Amino acid sequence: MERVEGEARDILGFQLAMLEDDALAAPAISAIAGGTAAHVAWAGALDGEIAGYEASDDDYFRARAADLHDIRDRVLRHLAGEEDAGATTGSVLLGDDIAPTAFLETDWSAGGAIALQQGSTTSHVAMLARARGIPMVVGLGELPSAITTLAVDGSSGTVQADPDAEQRKHFDAARESHARARASEEQFRFRPATRRTGTRIDILINVAGIAELDHIDPAACDGIGLMRSEFLFRDGAPLPDEETQYRAYRRFVTWGAGKPVTIRTLDIGGDKPVRGLTPDGEANPFLGLRGVRLTLARDDVFRTQLRALARAAVHGNLKVMVPMVTVPDELARSAALLDACVAELTAQGIACARPPLGIMVEVPAVAVVPELFDAAAFFSIGSNDLTQYVTASSRDDARVAALNDPSHPAVLALITKVAKHGREAGIPVSLCGDMASEPRHLAALLEAGLTSLSVAPARIARLKAAIAEL
Amino acid sequence: MSDTVNGSVVITHDVGLHARPSVKLTKLAKGFAATLEIAGAADGPWIDAKSIVKVMAMKAKQNSTLFVRAAGADAQAAVDAVVGLVRRDFDEAGDGH
Repeated sequence: MERVEGEARDILGFQLAMLEDDALAAPAISAIAGGTAAHVAWAGALDGEIAGYEASDDDYFRARAADLHDIRDRVLRHLAGEEDAGATTGSVLLGDDIAPTAFLETDWSAGGAIALQQGSTTSHVAMLARARGIPMVVGLGELPSAITTLAVDGSSGTVQADPDAEQRKHFDAARESHARARASEEQFRFRPATRRTGTRIDILINVAGIAELDHIDPAACDGIGLMRSEFLFRDGAPLPDEETQYRAYRRFVTWGAGKPVTIRTLDIGGDKPVRGLTPDGEANPFLGLRGVRLTLARDDVFRTQLRALARAAVHGNLKVMVPMVTVPDELARSAALLDACVAELTAQGIACARPPLGIMVEVPAVAVVPELFDAAAFFSIGSNDLTQYVTASSRDDARVAALNDPSHPAVLALITKVAKHGREAGIPVSLCGDMASEPRHLAALLEAGLTSLSVAPARIARLKAAIAEL
Repeated sequence: MSDTVNGSVVITHDVGLHARPSVKLTKLAKGFAATLEIAGAADGPWIDAKSIVKVMAMKAKQNSTLFVRAAGADAQAAVDAVVGLVRRDFDEAGDGH
C-alpha cells in the first residue's frame, strides 16, 4: 500500500505544483480582465496547454495531457459549484481517458475495471491501476454509445460490450478462476518457499532498474539474485561516473536491508551493444567480446564499476557477480582488480568493503568442470546463455527456437552437476535465468538439486505456491 | 543580465524532464533569490526555471542538453544546484524518493 501512496503522492504533487504556478492561470486571468467569463477563460487557457502536450511525439509527455484535463475539469466543476463525484463501487470506468484524481476517488475495494477509448499505458492512471491490480484496457477506439454492461479482460486486453448470457457465463467463470488462483497464490507471497518435504527454497528476484524497487516489497523475497547493471550504461549516453554508479548500487543494497543483493558487473556485447564500448562488426557477437571479456579489456570502465561497488558494499549485504567467465584466469584477474580497488579506496580514506565475488555459470566450459572455479564465492547459473551455447541455437531466431529448450537433458545434466559440486565444495549455487520463473520447469530444477532461484518479481507468489506442491 | 552565470548538463534521466523531476527542479529553483532560467539550446529561448508549467512545456528528453543561466546574488550557487540535481539523475538513482 505504501507504494500506491507513493505514486499517488507524486501524481498529486505534480498537479498541485502546476496549480500553484501563476503561469498556468495567467492567460485566463488576463482574459477575465478583458471581460471573458471565468469558465471560458480557464478552459481556453488550459486547452492551449493541453494541445501542446497532445502534439508531443513522446508518449510520456503526451500522457501528461490527461493530468491537464484533470486539472481543467476539476476547476471547472468548482467554478460551477458542483461536487467532485466518485464513481460507484465495483463499476467499469469508461471514457476516452480518465483523470488520475477520478481513479483515486474511486472505491476499488469491490473490484471494478477501466476501459478507455484512448488512454495510454504510460499514463498516471495506468501506473496506479497496475499498482492496485485493477484491470485496465486502453486504445479501444470508438465503442457503441448505448452499452449497459461491459466485460473487461485485463489479461488479454479485450472488452466485450453487452455480452449475451453464454458469453457472460464464460467471462464470470474465467474471472472467478483467475481470482481464485491469484488469491490462493497470494497466501504464499510473504511466506518462505517450502517444499512438501520441508526443504526451504530461497526465492530471490531479478531486477534491471531502480524504479522496479518501488513495486516490490523486500519482505516477499530472500534478496536480489541478479541486478543487471546495464541500465546505467545507456547506448549513446556518456559512461556513468563512479559517484553515479555508487549512488545507484547503494540504493539496491539498502533496499535489501541485510538480505543479499547480487549485482552483476557490466554484461554488454552479444545482443546488448553500447556504442564506444562494444566492438562493431563482430561476425558472431555472442561468441565475441562480451561480459567479463570486455570489461577486462576495458580496465578503466571495470575499475570505475568495481570501486563504486566496493563503496556500496558498506551499506548492506552486497555480492558481486562476473558474467561470461570461461577460464579461471578471468575470475582471478577480476578478483585482483577488485582487491586493488579496495586497497586504493582504503588508501584514499574512502569507506569501502570487499564484497564476495562470484561468477555466472553460463559458458559450458565452466558448467562441465565447475571444480576449476572453486575460487568463486558463489555460482549463479545463467540458464539463458547456457541453453543457447549448449544447444547451439539462438532464442531470437524463430526457426530454431524449438531447439533452444532449457529442459534439454544436456542442460539439466549440467545444472545438476554444478549444483552437486556446489553442495560438495560448500559453494552456494543459484539459478537466475528465465527458466526459474516458469512454473513448468520448477520440478526439474528442484530435482537437479537447486535450493535457490532468482526470478521475475511478478512471479514470486505463483512460484512459491507451486513449490509448496512439489 | 550583466553578472550572468552559465552552466549546462546532459539529462540522463530515463524519460527526460518529466513530472517528478520537474517538480524537484522547480522546487529547488524557488529556493534561490537569483533569476534562474533554463533552455534547450545555448541561445535560448530561455524560460523561468521556477515555473513548472514552463519547464514541463519544454518537454526536454533524455540525452538532450539543458542550458542553465542565473543572475543575482546567489547566481553561482543556483546554477551549481540545478546542474548538480540533473547530473545526479534528480536523486532518483541514489536516494530513492
